[in-house]
Amino acid sequence: MDKMIYLDNAATTAVRPEVLEAMRPFYEADYANPSSAYAFAGKTAARVEEARETIAAFLNAAPEEIFFTGGGSESDNWALKGITDAMAVKGNHIITTKIEHHAILHTAQYLEKHGVEVTYLDVDADGKVDPAALEAAIRPETVLVSVMFANNEIGTIEPVKELAAVAHAHGVLFHTDAVQAFGHVPIDVKELGIDLMSASAHKLNGPKGVGLLYIRKGIRIESFVHGGAQERGKRAGTTNAPGIVGFGKAVELARETLAERAAYETGLRDRLIGRVLAEIPYARLNGHRTDRLPNNANFCFRFIEGESLLILLDRAGICGSSGSACTSGSLDPSHVLLAIGLPHEIAHGSLRLTLSEETTEEEIDYTVDELKKIVERLRMMSPLYEDFRKKHPEG
Amino acid sequence: MSQVTEYSEKVMDHFMNPRNVGEIENASGVGTVGNAKCGDIMRMYLDIDDEGVIRDCKFKTFGCGAAVATSSMATELVIGKTVQEALQVTNKAVMEALDGLPKIKIHCSLLAEQAIHAALWDYAEKHGITIEGLDPPVNDIEETEEYYRMGE
Repeated sequence: MDKMIYLDNAATTAVRPEVLEAMRPFYEADYANPSSAYAFAGKTAARVEEARETIAAFLNAAPEEIFFTGGGSESDNWALKGITDAMAVKGNHIITTKIEHHAILHTAQYLEKHGVEVTYLDVDADGKVDPAALEAAIRPETVLVSVMFANNEIGTIEPVKELAAVAHAHGVLFHTDAVQAFGHVPIDVKELGIDLMSASAHKLNGPKGVGLLYIRKGIRIESFVHGGAQERGKRAGTTNAPGIVGFGKAVELARETLAERAAYETGLRDRLIGRVLAEIPYARLNGHRTDRLPNNANFCFRFIEGESLLILLDRAGICGSSGSACTSGSLDPSHVLLAIGLPHEIAHGSLRLTLSEETTEEEIDYTVDELKKIVERLRMMSPLYEDFRKKHPEG
Repeated sequence: MSQVTEYSEKVMDHFMNPRNVGEIENASGVGTVGNAKCGDIMRMYLDIDDEGVIRDCKFKTFGCGAAVATSSMATELVIGKTVQEALQVTNKAVMEALDGLPKIKIHCSLLAEQAIHAALWDYAEKHGITIEGLDPPVNDIEETEEYYRMGE
């Protein structure tokens, strides 16, 4: 296959041509700062508000509950720091999980250095958080629960509605990092009981550098970025009009195609999972078999290491990602794979493939064919496989 | 960071076309270093003749691209050398022969050096000889913290 096969859509996605077209005028003719008084700024301001309305409607939220940010990480930082700040009189305890994105985990660790107590909930072997475990962890001084909507590595979708209900039963706010889920699975913040939610445009074919924090009306939160009066005085910084308009367009397209896209991607994902597990020995699927993002497949291949796998896949024209230590830049493999109970040596051999609506069946079949050869090749080189074969000669 | 673009052409060549992969039956010495917990294991097999010259060297490695490339290069550097000469094949020599390694991968070259030393140690033990300047192998990466610091 000559063309590149991009199976890392959880890392980022291509901006759709329609999105880029929608953004272009706000870099060119309509470059005005929407906060300005003159009529020239009016059109830009109106289009920013239209984007806010589109996104709010998609979430079943009110436009004034959507606050644009510089991306998912900022939204996560704001939610945790802004709520613990504003709620300091009530208490200093928050609850999150061991499988959150680093934007949550490292923010929580930062807060711990500043007097906030944090409970990190365990997950089961599929990566799910148990609502009963959440209930047991809630204390009188708990001010926030933050559990991701769907995990970025293993794709498992959390029981958000049940978790939010547990938090609310104890008068605790519920935040969810929906960066991977937003635009890929339906989210109704009212029906699910979400108080705060982070999302990012570039995971759904929108531009990089723009995200949002949904803040339910009536919630007290401190600002995170201080300065001008943008975003109703809650988030300073010159309005990223092209980015926000692009975000709005991306959401409009995502809403139109969501059901069809999810069904298509789920079909391909299941073909990928089915073939890998059937045709590659000593492979396992990470994450829940069915309660997972439509486009996410995550495997471990025993006896081999992830970076080697990624380089050989790259040479075959396939872009994937891994939770191995070498790709995380530390000595430890992915915290998510360790949290679901995998031993280190198996966690090092992980591979995440995340599809898009543009992925074809032919590409998936080619990927599995290449993967079989690559895994076999690395195993022939692996002392762990050599030892295993000596112990299990008939296997 | 993209691993593919950070590696030198030589590293990529030795990763894509590793030299001397495999096992040696009835090897004169075998050494395994590293640990799977940290993501790198190297095993070196040496075939050493009666004159103390390394006739053949093969490896198996579980690890990243740099781990495979340093193993491969290390085998090339020791084949044909005497035991004493092979002891002088340092991690620096392996790294230089590969036109360098990204900083976070320097420990891979140290593992290659240690794997050669571990195989030589095994050879010495099997033959009841002492090799001047050879220390017993370390089998756990935690014991090699000083090597990490040395690499910085």
